Amino acid sequence: MDEMAQVVLDYVKNEYLEDEDEEIDVDTPLISGGIVDSFSMVSLKRFLENKYNISIPDAKATPEAFDSVTRIVAVVREFIK
Amino acid sequence: MSHFGTYEERIKDFTWSLSERELDYKPDEVINIGWYCSDRICRMGKADKTALIWEGTGGESRKYTYNDVRLASNTIGAFLRSLGIKPGDRVCLFLDRIPELYLGFVGILKTGAIAQPLFSAFGEESLHVRLDDARTRAIITQRKHVGKVRRILDQMPYLEHIIVVDHDGKKELREREVAFSLATVTPVEELDIHPTRAESPSVLHYTSGTTGRPKGVQHVHYSLISQYLTAKWVLDLREDDIYWCTADPGWVTGTSYGIVAPFALGATQCVQDIGFSADNWYRFIERHRITVWYSAPTAIRSLMKAGDAVVRKYDLSSLRHLASVGEPLNAEAVQWSLRVFGMPFHDTYWQTETGSILITNFPGMKVKPGSMGRPFPGITATVLDMKTHEPITESGRIGLIAFQPDWPAMMRGYWNNEETYKKKFVNGWYLSGDRSSIDSDGYFWFAGRDDDIINTAGHLVSPFEVESALLEHRAVAESAVVAKPDEVNMEVVKAFVTLKSGFEPSTDLELEIMNFIRKKLSPLAMPQEIEYVPTLPKTRSGKIMRRLLRAKEWGEEIGDTSTLEDE
Repeated sequence: MDEMAQVVLDYVKNEYLEDEDEEIDVDTPLISGGIVDSFSMVSLKRFLENKYNISIPDAKATPEAFDSVTRIVAVVREFIK
Repeated sequence: MSHFGTYEERIKDFTWSLSERELDYKPDEVINIGWYCSDRICRMGKADKTALIWEGTGGESRKYTYNDVRLASNTIGAFLRSLGIKPGDRVCLFLDRIPELYLGFVGILKTGAIAQPLFSAFGEESLHVRLDDARTRAIITQRKHVGKVRRILDQMPYLEHIIVVDHDGKKELREREVAFSLATVTPVEELDIHPTRAESPSVLHYTSGTTGRPKGVQHVHYSLISQYLTAKWVLDLREDDIYWCTADPGWVTGTSYGIVAPFALGATQCVQDIGFSADNWYRFIERHRITVWYSAPTAIRSLMKAGDAVVRKYDLSSLRHLASVGEPLNAEAVQWSLRVFGMPFHDTYWQTETGSILITNFPGMKVKPGSMGRPFPGITATVLDMKTHEPITESGRIGLIAFQPDWPAMMRGYWNNEETYKKKFVNGWYLSGDRSSIDSDGYFWFAGRDDDIINTAGHLVSPFEVESALLEHRAVAESAVVAKPDEVNMEVVKAFVTLKSGFEPSTDLELEIMNFIRKKLSPLAMPQEIEYVPTLPKTRSGKIMRRLLRAKEWGEEIGDTSTLEDE
């Protein structure tokens, strides 16, 4: 697993996963799987922006684009210069 | 032709006895919602009819007939009794939208105990405040939420039982915890259903208040009379309908129209415990051939945002009636639904306190996009002058929406809070806290709240509660919380904060504060934006002037600032 995927996965596990026994990986559905709700997505987006010093337009931060760690990493890479 | 017929026919000589007769209820006799939602339907020869179709994440699904609902609710009721739960005790349901939430609700009511559903995304402080106020004796929850209960357990000596419905034995249960699984326990065929009467308490729903703690809204078993008939006439629920109410039973829509009404009408209802995505939702409608869909403006606007192309991927031809609740439905959303579904969403207006739909657009009636519609038969609704509290007679003038409090589902009080309850009534009118005008055809047009409460995605958030929680953060010296306009959620929470010495504004601190509130209260209450300010506007007496901050967010006139503190 690449470093960015690991960072995002760890953040999701620490911040949003309520069931400590639940196992998730980079392809686990986050939004459609009910792990991250639409309100909490705002804080996840803010984390990514702070961590990688980027700005993600709201139009790109859709439930579909944020639905797994793999997809999130793809969005972040799009905006890293 | 809809159940409703025409408005003029229905309001003529209307009395709630019509609903009582359909439910075979006679005044002063026993009325128990739990029985009406299960046993009665079985006795009507529909024991094998599907009552609930449930889908969770990972493709998991379950189906329950009315006889299954009867047995499961009996079994849960018997288990609660075995723990010593008595009529009138508060039993909290702190569950995701899993079948045990729906079945547990029915089971609690059968015992005569009071069901207290709470939104499972609540953080521990939100949970604690509500359990503490109600002095809840038992909580039914699931593994993933037990941690939140454990962290506040020391502060709740009255909470005797924590019932875990999905305990897998991997970890040991702790003090006061008990496992209960419908899959392994022997079903209880006969349960002695508690003989509740019309005024026996049934449900306790918590709603946010402008100041202080959230209010526990008390409902009674007689509320069924309103919920049954409004679902039949407004949602047009029929025998052969497949119904989907997207609301979570942590909120009143999810119980009144997500459990009580569809079960009491013997309809088949579908529940999806999966996060939102347009594909998921449309696929769900297509797969189950859903006919009646009751949703919320925020969800509808999110679907609009997802575009028209995704609608066309699915066969949604089963849909025949759409309704919406929670916040005003904008005209664009109505017009969009007409275009893509071939029918409008019908806006419905009511509140946690009112227990059932009061003002609405009826099936078959002309929908004026953006309007709340007209009062349900038997409902005396008006708008009152803001100062005199006299009914406004001219059309188009904005006033306070008020009702004569005489329908069956009207709340009977706020738990432990008689003083606040009394303040909701003036000259015999119940004050909703919302403002609107009435046009010359008798249609109501929403104009906003009459207080500082924030309506985000149809859920009310108290600025006071968020401000208080913000002050518990190590960096925050002062805080003010207001609604900020939002394209999808109508309003979102915005916080203005001043920092304690030694702390500097930064985006990392902003994220830390956001997550602090999300975990403490709920994702809904989390500020979507935090603005650092050197000072907050205050009156000379030191009260923070939220309205100035709100006006700035909404681009409105600031108004009178004569009481503003001198700098």
